[in-house]
Amino acid sequence: MNLDFSQITPYIPFMLEGIWVTLKFVVVALLFGSILGTLLALFKIGTVKPLNWIAIVYTSIFRGTPLILQLMIFYFAIPQLTGYDISPFLAAILAFGLNSAAYISEIIRAGIQAVDKGQTEAALALGVPYRQMMIDIILPQAFKNILPALMNEVITLTKESALVSTISVLDLMRRAQVVGSDLYRSFEPLLFVGFIYWAMVFVLSAIGKVIERRLKVSDQS
Amino acid sequence: MIKVEKLTKKFGKNEVLRGISTEIAKGEVVSIIGPSGSGKSTFLRCLNVLETPTTGNIIVENQNLTDSKTPIHKMRQQIGMVFQHFHLFPHLTVLENLTYAPMKAKGVKKQVAVENARELLKKVGLSEKESAYPSSLSGGQKQRVAIARALAMEPELMLFDEPTSALDPEMVKEVLDVMKDLAKSGMTMVVVTHEMGFAREVADRILFLDHGVLLEEGKPAEFFTQPKTARAKEFLDKIL
Repeated sequence: MNLDFSQITPYIPFMLEGIWVTLKFVVVALLFGSILGTLLALFKIGTVKPLNWIAIVYTSIFRGTPLILQLMIFYFAIPQLTGYDISPFLAAILAFGLNSAAYISEIIRAGIQAVDKGQTEAALALGVPYRQMMIDIILPQAFKNILPALMNEVITLTKESALVSTISVLDLMRRAQVVGSDLYRSFEPLLFVGFIYWAMVFVLSAIGKVIERRLKVSDQS
Repeated sequence: MIKVEKLTKKFGKNEVLRGISTEIAKGEVVSIIGPSGSGKSTFLRCLNVLETPTTGNIIVENQNLTDSKTPIHKMRQQIGMVFQHFHLFPHLTVLENLTYAPMKAKGVKKQVAVENARELLKKVGLSEKESAYPSSLSGGQKQRVAIARALAMEPELMLFDEPTSALDPEMVKEVLDVMKDLAKSGMTMVVVTHEMGFAREVADRILFLDHGVLLEEGKPAEFFTQPKTARAKEFLDKIL
């Protein structure tokens, strides 16, 4: 055992900057994924057959292949195909955004379909138009079903974001590797960023729990 | 007020309604009874097109509901419906359950909708529950709120789909009492029920359905004492 954390002290600011890179990446990918995922979910529950199929095939492709493969395709294969020199950050956003859209669309679809069918019938019987019913009655209830699974997806995305280090985005993970090769010591920087990942996930889970508790108000008397 | 002409409904190959024709007049209270699987609920749900009829016509106030050009959601605003399992909106308070549809579907001003809702809650005896959420109510209270919610749209006609079947026995009376008051006030009502006491006492006419056919109809006094068909006699012998 020759652990010496004092050696990484000068590198701490450099590694902490990685938090910002990772967070920026997660937030943008998640926004992109949520918007596309909601759209796909609506395609899936709708009655327009071609849209059903598009959403189903899309989900099947992005859930059926490794994320790292999708990442490599966007970073290495697209420039070869189009000649456009894509930045690592953009390639990463595209791969992660499109990938999480597939998962999020399933989460949202399941959440909407889990709302009791009687709710739709009650709203329709009162003469509420379909769109209005979706917005006021179905989606607020679906959101409660969706939230835990969506929080899970956010946490997964945060951790999986470390994959972008393979295409030299300077995120937390990549920075730990840089420090490691600089010092010829891997354990300390890896442990350090490991702690940061854990802390980020811890905070995210806590936020999720608070929101969930707020939404539960109507469940109790 | 409602005219049903040769109504049929198939679910796949299963023929649930086989050509039902009848008319319901304004202010009439009609009870639909029959064995389970006879198509009572499906018939009722066709009246506001929650189930789309396979063939036949349903004409409410001179508008044919089976015509795709009829604005269904406008027509449904005139037809209140009460379900076996209440289907209150769980994320809204009791008062909001009552004001939601008048405000959002009919464009009633909030102040007017709230006033109306309070009046109705008073009528069903639940004034003190206006800010409670449905999950804190008993079954009987939920159903009374559901009736008030339907009445808040000021419908011309009320449909009841086994409104007391999901209730504990001691709560049946409070719901039936509300329905009796409603019948007395002159509301047109179509009630699918297993409560023979209610059918006998309140209904103006009984429709007896069996295997998707309207087998017999008549005044309760005649139907319950001298049923014309063997099938109705057999049914009554089993339940009375």
